[in-house]
Amino acid sequence: MKDQQAILERDKKPEIREVVLELLDLNKSFDDNHVLKHFNMKLYKGENLVVMGKSGSGKSVMIKCLVGLMEADSGKIIVMHNDITSLNQESLDILRADIGFLFQGSALYDSMTVRENLEFPLRHHYKKFGKNVNTETLVIEALKNVGLAHTLDLMPAELSGGMQRRVALARTLILQPKIILYDEPTSGLDPITAKEIIILMQDIQKKYNTSSLIITHDVDCARVIADRMILLIDGTNYAEGTFEVLSASKDPKIKAFFKQ
Amino acid sequence: MEIGELTYFTIRCFKEVFKKPYELKEFLRQCYSMGNRSLLLVGITGFIIGLVLTLQTRPTLMEFGAVSWMPSMVGISIVREIGPMITALVCAGKIGSGIGAELGSMRVTEQIDAMEVSGTNPFKYLVVTRIMATTFMIPLLVIFGDAIALYGSYLVEHLKGDVSFALYFNQVFDSLEFGDIVPATAKSFFFGFAIGLVGCFKGYYCKKGTAGVGIAANSAVVFTSLLLFVIDFIAVFIADIFYDL
Repeated sequence: MKDQQAILERDKKPEIREVVLELLDLNKSFDDNHVLKHFNMKLYKGENLVVMGKSGSGKSVMIKCLVGLMEADSGKIIVMHNDITSLNQESLDILRADIGFLFQGSALYDSMTVRENLEFPLRHHYKKFGKNVNTETLVIEALKNVGLAHTLDLMPAELSGGMQRRVALARTLILQPKIILYDEPTSGLDPITAKEIIILMQDIQKKYNTSSLIITHDVDCARVIADRMILLIDGTNYAEGTFEVLSASKDPKIKAFFKQ
Repeated sequence: MEIGELTYFTIRCFKEVFKKPYELKEFLRQCYSMGNRSLLLVGITGFIIGLVLTLQTRPTLMEFGAVSWMPSMVGISIVREIGPMITALVCAGKIGSGIGAELGSMRVTEQIDAMEVSGTNPFKYLVVTRIMATTFMIPLLVIFGDAIALYGSYLVEHLKGDVSFALYFNQVFDSLEFGDIVPATAKSFFFGFAIGLVGCFKGYYCKKGTAGVGIAANSAVVFTSLLLFVIDFIAVFIADIFYDL
């Protein structure tokens, strides 16, 4: 317990940084199963925040509540000074242009080519780029960012798992979001491809100065990318801190995450 | 429970139809996909129905010396009932299950969530366009199926009774009245709406997992087929009041 308190006191001056995303007292239950219990979290501008937790600990539920795919039972979700629980659909859709979401299984539209997949989000957010937007240029630039400019006219089924994940990342990037949410970005990938994806995530963060929330249980991913980590246990933020601090913890619940 | 959800789904569909953007391109793509890809199946089914109906009815009519009534009988039965019903059942199997499986698979692989997160209205883009497409394409497929069925019937009559094309179809059209065509066409629109609605409903709310996709496709066909018979009964009942069939 002492150890946990020490961990929670990790950040020296978080309050002077701009908060781009904040969860306040978030609760979510499925019948008698309380998945999130008074969950609190802050994501600062330009930060890579990793949320780790066991399977079924409510990580994906939390991230889905964040973008309005699921409705929380209670609590506030503040994204760039907007409480999304009180936004109407139109305002929420506009806000969503600033939030990128990389799905665990890539979620590419399998009846569309790579080009059409990337053009799809632009159909509703073209105003963000002005009247004279050149869709082709945006698509090619986004694909170049992930090193897949040659896959423009391929179907998702013709791509490997790693390539699909990179195309999905390009689709996320095309709207030039301020916040990117990664749901298990390395799951189902071999270690080499997973490493490529992690490096890509770092490059994107540096290039666009995005704030990233990464949901994972991949310790290697967390080690490389996390500026700060939250351990989600039993629906609450059990511990918070840098990778180094948390991995050195003697708390058995925390230690269990870092056993290789 | 499911009836309530389906009612809400239907109301939402009517509301979304009139909202922008109209997704015309996707609607036309669906029309082409559903119509074009079902032509062969509807054509073959219609042709066989026409052949079989004529072959099986001919001996009975000959017994009564009423074989000359064959075109009228076949024409009325195909246009009023057999054509729309058989075409709708075939399309429930092909189009309805296809929609259920496609949307179900999109739900399971989070593609629908991805659309929503990107600020697109997936209900409008996926559901409304498909329901509109089936509503407009099924009546066209019914007309096509009717025409092929009548042609199949004509072939039997031509081979067995040496009836000319002009004579056969003159008799068919002479026997058809306003009260035969209007209710049949009207109910085809409802058939199309039901096929699209149930397929989309089952797929859109597909439960997680690949097994859920199979269940969505299967239950879309079963529920639609049942619904088609109910709609048919109501349509015939109403037509009987207005046209005194």
